[in-house]
Amino acid sequence: MRRVLLACYTLWLREIVRFHRQRSRIVGALGSPLVFWFLIGSGLNRSFKGSPEMALQGGYLEYFYPGTLALIVLFTAIFATISIVEDRQEGFLQGVLVAPVPRAAIVVGKIAGATTIAVMQGTVFLLLAPLAHVRIHLLDVPALIGMLTLVSFGLAGLGFLVAWWLDSTQGFHAVMNIFLIPLWILSGALFPAAGAAGWVRGLMFVNPMTYGVSGLRWFFYDQALPGEPSFAVSLAVVVGFGVAMAAAGTIAVRRTR
Amino acid sequence: MPLTSPAVEVDHLRHRYGERVALDDVSFAVASGEIFGLLGPNGGGKTTLFKIVSTLLFPTEGTVRVFGDDVVRDPAAVRRRLGVVFQHPALDGRLTVEENLRHQGHLYGLSGRTLTGRIGEVLARVRVEDRRRDLVATLSGGLQRRAEVAKALLHRPELLVLDEPSTGLDPAARRDIWQDLSSLRRQEGTSVILTTHLMDEAAACDRVAILDLGRLVALGTPTTLTSAIGGDVVQVTTRDPQDLAGRVAARFGVRAEVVDGKVHIERDRAHEFIAELVESFPGEIDAVTFGKPTLEDVFVHFTGRRLAEGV
Repeated sequence: MRRVLLACYTLWLREIVRFHRQRSRIVGALGSPLVFWFLIGSGLNRSFKGSPEMALQGGYLEYFYPGTLALIVLFTAIFATISIVEDRQEGFLQGVLVAPVPRAAIVVGKIAGATTIAVMQGTVFLLLAPLAHVRIHLLDVPALIGMLTLVSFGLAGLGFLVAWWLDSTQGFHAVMNIFLIPLWILSGALFPAAGAAGWVRGLMFVNPMTYGVSGLRWFFYDQALPGEPSFAVSLAVVVGFGVAMAAAGTIAVRRTR
Repeated sequence: MPLTSPAVEVDHLRHRYGERVALDDVSFAVASGEIFGLLGPNGGGKTTLFKIVSTLLFPTEGTVRVFGDDVVRDPAAVRRRLGVVFQHPALDGRLTVEENLRHQGHLYGLSGRTLTGRIGEVLARVRVEDRRRDLVATLSGGLQRRAEVAKALLHRPELLVLDEPSTGLDPAARRDIWQDLSSLRRQEGTSVILTTHLMDEAAACDRVAILDLGRLVALGTPTTLTSAIGGDVVQVTTRDPQDLAGRVAARFGVRAEVVDGKVHIERDRAHEFIAELVESFPGEIDAVTFGKPTLEDVFVHFTGRRLAEGV
């Protein structure tokens, strides 16, 4: 067990050190969602009414805030797993694969690294909450960060699963953009399910990201918005998704050698 | 019965990539403490064999055992005993030499003071101590390869597997790597298996297996392999080598082949034979060279081709 944890730890640590040494990644991962949030949020602020019972004091900027948080961890967690592709290209991955380490430890170590990076970026964005007039109870912050971690873990797992099969970073970007944008748009981050067309609501229902967003939003509203899953359901789906992704990643690594 | 299992036991190994056969019924054993070379052209199958031995690839058929453990059924046991040196160093250029070694040590269950001690030890062995805090990306190719060897030695493997350890290195860096390998074998009794397409490198091994088109064409010590040819190797430069080869074969009853644009003849007492040869074909022969056979000649003997780089 000690060996397994040591292996996870060292794989995790390397992701953090590498991220720290590539400053541009920090700016990129935080900068674009911030600009996104401010421009879209300000643009739609007047037009967005929501339904009366939502009582959105902060307008769309407020509604959009948890969605932006989800966007930040989505982008950061998934793009952090691009390191799998880089490791494969640089030959580093082979060195890890010939080590006497359970394949699950390799997957979890890698995903944990990407998760940490995503949570750090998400936390920086949380510090900006007062500027957006978004109120969070200070006591809720640890639990919110916990939720952010669970959401990031599943997304990093998804990133790992895709990255494992690809051998170029360009390919990774191309494949991920196909995934990412619909995943995010149809998650309730941009608009609530309540007002959407039936088929869109159907897609949102099967999108695991929907549960991540509603799980995060819960901390901002104290209750689920109409048409959104309850907190318990959100939590269950988010945890289940993370476990499923890590398991699928492990199977993929075992199968291919 | 031998007291210990062989370091590597390859038994009726086959590997196919789709339709292409990379290894075709290859069997051999590497004794414990031996430096064993896999010689062959690119595409000969040696890198496939390297990947199967280092547990990176499942073989299509046949078995490979490392100190008695099967690479397919018990990869974890094999991995513990194996140190692997890749052709493209598997080091992280964004980490320092020491950080890379620390990462490696953790993967092999080493930590704390034991690990720090081992890092100093292996870096001293390959003479890279003074660069320990430098980013790997700032090291020369030769130093990176040596750091890679250090990384592979960290957990004191019983078998070191190297893929083309000399590729891309200058002669001085090559000598350094070989110095490391032979001192390792002498002091620790580590078994070594390496792939190469370089004759002088193969000649430095205890035993050599020659792989061509996925088949094992010859196996033995460099001396037994070269003496198996018998006598000398004569090479004749001429305008129409194909034509001359046919007539030489007919006239002297020897095997004469065209290799790389020259007529290639294996023959005892070459100095006497050359005199006869030149007299028999006056004006046709531009140049004649002869010498003791090398592993290159062994390769030609078994395959009818030259083992040129990049072929």
